[in-house]
Amino acid sequence: MAEPTITLNVTRYRPGQDQVPTMQAYAVPYKEDWVVLDALNHIKDQMDGTLSYRWSCRMGVCGSCGMMVNGTPKLTCAAFLRDYYPGEIRVEPLVNFPIIRDLVIDMSDFLDKLKSVKPWIIRKEEKPVARGEYLQTPAELEAFHQFTQCINCMLCYAACPVYGLEPKFLGPAAIALGYRYNMDSRDQGKEQRAVIGNHDGIWDCTFVGECSVVCPKDVDPAAAIQRSKVDTTKNWFKSMLMPWGER
Amino acid sequence: MLRELSSVFIALFLVVYLVQIYQLTKGPDAYIAFTQKLSSPGWILFHVVVLLFALYHSVTWFQSSAVVLPVRLGDRLVSRQTVTALHIVAWVIISLAVLILFLALKG
Amino acid sequence: MTTEKTTEPLWWGLFSAGGVVAAFLVPIHIVLVGFALPLGWISDSGALYRIWWVKLYLFILIVLPLYHWGHRHYFALNHMGLKSMSKLLAVLCYGGAIIGTAVTAWILLKV
Repeated sequence: MAEPTITLNVTRYRPGQDQVPTMQAYAVPYKEDWVVLDALNHIKDQMDGTLSYRWSCRMGVCGSCGMMVNGTPKLTCAAFLRDYYPGEIRVEPLVNFPIIRDLVIDMSDFLDKLKSVKPWIIRKEEKPVARGEYLQTPAELEAFHQFTQCINCMLCYAACPVYGLEPKFLGPAAIALGYRYNMDSRDQGKEQRAVIGNHDGIWDCTFVGECSVVCPKDVDPAAAIQRSKVDTTKNWFKSMLMPWGER
Repeated sequence: MLRELSSVFIALFLVVYLVQIYQLTKGPDAYIAFTQKLSSPGWILFHVVVLLFALYHSVTWFQSSAVVLPVRLGDRLVSRQTVTALHIVAWVIISLAVLILFLALKG
Repeated sequence: MTTEKTTEPLWWGLFSAGGVVAAFLVPIHIVLVGFALPLGWISDSGALYRIWWVKLYLFILIVLPLYHWGHRHYFALNHMGLKSMSKLLAVLCYGGAIIGTAVTAWILLKV
């Protein structure tokens, strides 16, 4: 009896060789406990060593293996073959990013945006080590904890229709990261993260909410963005109506 | 798209309401005549559509509010479904208050 | 909290306020204006529209959702591909809401 197989249709693109990306079909063994990443590794190890893709931890914590699976941004290490079998699975590189080769995309724009929100504790005056640790209550930790869970997998950027239309948009992960630091009781650097309040920061967002739907770590970047809008608006009205107030 | 359309229909309804109020500047008969016009099948259908869109807006707005404004009770976070439900309760109470006020003041 | 001067918070604030007003108040008014009065469930003489605080309430009820519509419409048109006409769209959408504000105020004062 032949082993059951499942067909993966995978994007192939070799720069310098191919004019446009094409799809290549591979019939891989179907196993109950395999994920799409297992299938890709099988293809590379046993069928076609020329296929290129990113992966690392295979357990949903490194953020490397994000791809489009049947049109939805997913971590391929978390997409089980059994959820698609016996249908075919289309595996494509994350949308909204330039393609380098096959399933590998150029993430430099994303990295620039992460940097632009200054994702580190900013103090008006650094506290010397001799003075001891910062103290934080459980409530203070809870205020920003979920926004620390981002694994930089970029699924939210692939899901965001605004980022697709406006490449300058700061984007869900970067804004959520900035919000994480603004909400951290140890941080005093909100004014230095002004990029969040610019036109291509939170104001490009129309609360479609797809970013939070696809996020594999329940960061809920959509919530971070909308709360940043409320914060920024409150401060704006305060500064307009009471310009003598403290900055 | 639905949210976009809902805001269009709500705005259209408010324009109709404004036009009705404007009739009062032309005299009480104009106001009554306009209200009569709104009983035609076409206008009833319009208002059915508007009401459906308005209800859609209300429910989705309350759900969004629960995301945007986290509510703490003591040291526990109130669940989003509860916050949405509380919004709906407030909405029913407010609607009834408007209705009662209207009946009291209409003359 | 911004590196560039932006009035975006103003329009978003109005959009938000309009959304709240529309969500809580508009449905009951649709029932009254669209069904209860035309179908004769209730009758009214329009006298209440002359009360000053009723006019104030109506001003808020009608005007704020206009800004809600304008803001949504501006973004929807931009995202539907008309980004090159951004400035014109802003004038049409927010300008429309502003004109609506003026017309509403004029009518309510006249009644």
